[in-house]
Amino acid sequence: MTPDLPPRFPTVNVAVSVKSRDAAENDSPAQPPVKIAARNLNFYYGNFHAIKDVSLDVTQNRVTAFIGPSGCGKSTVLRIFNRIYDLYPGHRAEGQVILDGEDILTLKNIGRLRAKVGMVFQRPTPFPMSIHENVAFGIRLYERLRRSEMDDRVQRALTKAGLWDEVKDKLNQSGLGLSGGQQQRLCIARALAVNPEVLLLDEPASSLDPISTAKIEELLFELKETCTVVIVTHNMQQAARASDFTAFLLEGKLIEYQPTPKLFTTPSDPRTEAYITGRFG
Amino acid sequence: MGVVARRRAADVASKILMGIATAVGVFFLLWIIWTTLRFGISGMHWDLFTKDTPPPGTDEFGLRNAFVGSLILLAVSLSIGVPIGLMAGTWLAEYGFRGRTANAVRFINDIMLSAPSIEIGLFAYAIMVGPMGHFSAAAGGVALAILMIPIIVRTTDEMLGLIGSDMREAAIALGAPVWVVVTKVTWKAARAGILTGILIALARVTGETAPLLFTALNDQFFSTGLLRPIANIPVVIYQFALSPYANWQQMAWAAAFITVLFVLVLSLVARSVLGKVQVPK
Repeated sequence: MTPDLPPRFPTVNVAVSVKSRDAAENDSPAQPPVKIAARNLNFYYGNFHAIKDVSLDVTQNRVTAFIGPSGCGKSTVLRIFNRIYDLYPGHRAEGQVILDGEDILTLKNIGRLRAKVGMVFQRPTPFPMSIHENVAFGIRLYERLRRSEMDDRVQRALTKAGLWDEVKDKLNQSGLGLSGGQQQRLCIARALAVNPEVLLLDEPASSLDPISTAKIEELLFELKETCTVVIVTHNMQQAARASDFTAFLLEGKLIEYQPTPKLFTTPSDPRTEAYITGRFG
Repeated sequence: MGVVARRRAADVASKILMGIATAVGVFFLLWIIWTTLRFGISGMHWDLFTKDTPPPGTDEFGLRNAFVGSLILLAVSLSIGVPIGLMAGTWLAEYGFRGRTANAVRFINDIMLSAPSIEIGLFAYAIMVGPMGHFSAAAGGVALAILMIPIIVRTTDEMLGLIGSDMREAAIALGAPVWVVVTKVTWKAARAGILTGILIALARVTGETAPLLFTALNDQFFSTGLLRPIANIPVVIYQFALSPYANWQQMAWAAAFITVLFVLVLSLVARSVLGKVQVPK
C-alpha cells in the first residue's frame, strides 16, 4: 500500500497497530509506545491536494522531525494533529489520526484535544498582556486556581521553558517587550503550562538568532521527558542534532521515515539523499 | 538624456507635485481655522457656557442648551453606534473572513460610508419622527448613530485584520473557543486602532447638520428629554448664521470655532492613540 514505509512501521489497520503498541509496551520498556498513528492521511486546501496518503507513527517521549522543501506539506501534517485547520472553511482532512486510541479527525471535543496537543508557531506570538498573564491564559481555560497556585504553575512553566531566570523580576511587564528568542520561549512556556502530552513545533527557531536557536534545541531534549515532540524544520542540521526520528516529505508524500542517524547517514531513497546532500530544496 | 538623469528628473518632478498638493491641502485647512478663529473670537464669552440661547432682539450671549444638547445627541449616538459597529466589524474580521457573506456586508458598508447624510436624516425622519408625530433628540441620536456605524465597522474590521493569523491560531491552539480569543486576545491587540475608529466616527458626526434638521430640530430652551426636540450646536449655527442679528451671528462663529477645536482635539487624541498601536507582527 505504501511501499515507501520502512518495515518498522506496519502498514496494517489501526486496530492491529494499537495492539502492537501495547505489546511493545509489555515486551521492551526500552522502546516507547506509539503516541500518534496516522493512517492514509490526505489533506485538501480547497481543491489543492496537499497531503497524499501519508501513514506514520510518532513515538512517545521522542522528538520526531519533519523535513522537506517549502510546500512539501510538513507544516500541514502538524496542523492536522491539533485540528487547527478547522478554523478555515475549505480545509479538510481524510484518513485516520489515532491519538491514544481515538481518531482525532472525528473527535467532537476539540478543546480537550488542543489541551493535550500544544502548538508553537514559526513566529513568536505573545499575546498583548503581561508575561504572567500570557502563561496563565491557557491554564485559565481549564482550571480555576487560587492566586498562589497560579503563580506556582506559571513559575513551573517558565522554568521548564528555560525563561524563568530572565523574566522573574518583570512578570507584570508586557510579553511584547521581550526579545524574539525570549518571546518564543514564552510561547513554549504558555503551551507547556496546560501540561500537554504532545507538543507540536512549527519551525520554532526559523526567526531566531543562533544563540536562541541553540537554547530552543537544548529545550527539546528536556521536553521529551514529559512530552512527545513533533518538530517541523527547514534546517537539516537542526533535525539531525535535535531529533530521534526524521520524516522526509516531498510534494505531499512521505518519502522516507527513519531513525534520525540512519536517515542522515544511509538514506534508502535516492530523493532523500539528494535532498539531504543539498541537491534541491 | 541618460537613464539616471531621467530618473532623477522624474524624482524631482514628483516631489514638486506632491509638495504642491500638500501645500494646497494645508493652506485651506489653515484658512478655515483662521477664519473661524478670527470671527469666532469676538463672540467668545463666558455667558456662552452658562446661559441659554437668547431671544432675538437682545444683545445677550448663551449657548448652554445647545452644548448640552449636542453632548446628549453624541452620547445617544455613541451608545447605539459603538456596540453595533464593534460587533459587526468583529464578526467580519473574526467569523466572516473573506467569505461571500462577509464581502457582501463589506460592500454594503462601504456604500453606507459614503451615503449623503441628508438621506440618513430623511430615513430617521421616516422611521422615527413620522410615527412619533414630532421631532425628538432620540431620532437625532439614531440618525447620527447610523452615520457612525459604517465608520466603526470599517476600522474595527481593518484593525482586527492587521492582527496576524499567528496570534489567533496560537490562542485557538491552546484550546480557547473563538469568543474567548476575540474578547481576551484580538480586541486587546487591536484596542488602540478600534478606539481611534470610534473617535474618528465621533469627530465625523460632531458637525453634522442636515440629519439633525429632520430629527432633533432645535429648542430655544434648555432640555434634556430624549422624546422632544433638543437644541444642538450645528442647527444653532445654521439658524444663527442666517439671522439678521449681530450677536446671533457672532455666536454662530463662536460655536463654529469651538466645534472646529473639539474636532481637532478629537483627531489629535485619535492620532496619539494610534501612534501607540503595537501591531504584533
